Amino acid sequence: MMFLQVVLTGVLVGSVYSLVAVGLTLVWGLMDIINFAHGDMMMISMYTVFWLYTLLKFDPFVSLPISAGITALLGIVIYKLVIKRVVNAPGLMALLATFGLSLFIRNFAQFLWTPNYRFVGESILSGKRILIADIVIGLPQLIAALGSILMTLLIALFIKRTKTGKAIQATAQSRDIAELMGVNTEKVYAVTFALSGICVGVAGTLLSGIFPVYPEAGAMYGLLAFVIVALGGFGNIWGAFYAGILIGLTEALGGFYLGTQFKYALAFLIYLLVLQFRPKGLFGW
Amino acid sequence: MNEIMKNRMLYLIFAIILILPFVLQDVNFQHITIMFLIFAGLGEGWNIITGFTGQTSFGHAAFFGIGAYTSTIMFYKFGISPWIGMILGALFAAGISAVVSYPCFRLKGHYFAIATLAVAEIIKQLFVSWDYVEGATGISIPVKPDSFWMMQFHKSKIPYFLIAYVLFIVATLVAVAVEKNKMGYYLKAIRESHEAAEALGINTTRYKLYAMMISSAVTAVFGTLYAQYILYIDPFMVFGLDISMKIVLLTVLGGLGSVYGPIIGAAILIPLSEYTRVFLGGTGKGIDLMIYGALIVIVACFEPRGVLGLFRRTKKRGAQYAKTTA
Repeated sequence: MMFLQVVLTGVLVGSVYSLVAVGLTLVWGLMDIINFAHGDMMMISMYTVFWLYTLLKFDPFVSLPISAGITALLGIVIYKLVIKRVVNAPGLMALLATFGLSLFIRNFAQFLWTPNYRFVGESILSGKRILIADIVIGLPQLIAALGSILMTLLIALFIKRTKTGKAIQATAQSRDIAELMGVNTEKVYAVTFALSGICVGVAGTLLSGIFPVYPEAGAMYGLLAFVIVALGGFGNIWGAFYAGILIGLTEALGGFYLGTQFKYALAFLIYLLVLQFRPKGLFGW
Repeated sequence: MNEIMKNRMLYLIFAIILILPFVLQDVNFQHITIMFLIFAGLGEGWNIITGFTGQTSFGHAAFFGIGAYTSTIMFYKFGISPWIGMILGALFAAGISAVVSYPCFRLKGHYFAIATLAVAEIIKQLFVSWDYVEGATGISIPVKPDSFWMMQFHKSKIPYFLIAYVLFIVATLVAVAVEKNKMGYYLKAIRESHEAAEALGINTTRYKLYAMMISSAVTAVFGTLYAQYILYIDPFMVFGLDISMKIVLLTVLGGLGSVYGPIIGAAILIPLSEYTRVFLGGTGKGIDLMIYGALIVIVACFEPRGVLGLFRRTKKRGAQYAKTTA
């Protein structure tokens, strides 16, 4: 029973990791840009929820569209102001830009809102839990996981079915040819950054009821998202999804059987091990 | 050796740096020159594997930390001179980098970069939960009277400066020697096209391994110096992503794959981060890092080729101008 409980916890955490990683993999696969500010965008969404809750008494689930909208907007602004200028730059210059951006956003949050931990108090779900046999599932965690899976599904459908999604796919394959076919690649990039922002916006909102809100809140998620994206294969949405679940499971099982201090080390170790057999990620080729 | 003597510009830079702390005898300024030398040296080391060979490493903090911890543990537990620790640390780092990177070299591009990041994070976590090295609490290096042998100087920063200066020159000359040697051409061939290099008969894995070992040994040496200079280390400080990224940032900013790159990058980035910290850091509100981050973004946006790219472009423009007027 304990084993099942741990597995379930791992899957629930993993699905939220997946959503964060899906946002990252979209940008990475399309533009070959490592966005170091990805986790910090998530932190901004958590603060949005926190302030809407504290000042206006909005329930976190009510503020979901607002916080997702704000991070989507933030994504577009980041693209228009910064990424657009470095997308064709040689070497690691784009990385330099996003790293600077991450430092800026994180410390801007610290400047405005202090480094203190803050908590979103009551939501309609807080404290509620489901009992199945001996297994306890916290309702906030369950909703966070289900919401993340639903969002991943929506993003995957958007990429696969809509015209804009097809334009994104085409641009990822070859920017020049997509442009020849009349795709406005500038717009495609902006849309992708907005999508990436929506992913972290939703993930941040779903997590804000579970975890404290502080300027570094997104840092570990950002770092794990890098590993998950690479583990799944760059630009592969479902790859990122399964890899996220795998990392969540590893963390939960490793943390339970070996001690919590090793859980992140194990997640990174899994990456190194899997890549020995699949050098381009689980679903890359 | 002949090739090394050709770099007159480099010797001019060396000479200018040597004068700096004697001209401006401000303690703060001397501190910045020491940090500049340490990070420029780290950049030179990192440049060998990433700039020359094209294998991006986001995990050089691992080797920096190994250098720092090897000497510190030996000094703290057994009272052995940090100089011996420095040499052993470099050998350790080279050995560990060989063991860890060998399986990783099958990975290409970003997959390799993330693997190096993963290795550094794993090593950090292990040190955090390793009681023998005091875990997350870190180690305060016991203060001893000033002595060269114990690498501790409390009266003046000049001895630290001179040690950093010599190590920096050694690191730079190592980078020059690698670049101008047969090995340098092999490494650049690997960078430009892995497949083509292999087709020409270069044993790519072996040369990548050599480059990684040299690079990590250089990095570890500065780790030891850093520990002796700050006199305190903990896993988050020396193994953290911050150190890895600082090395990456300054080299990319200066110019990737050039011996001058890390020197220029460190000369810009280190004073920037240290001065913003000194003047704005006291508030604890993060204004210093905010401005630092914003300035990095601005530089990246407006000079995407790095500062060295700017020089080259101006030079070219000048040459063209001379041609048209002639």
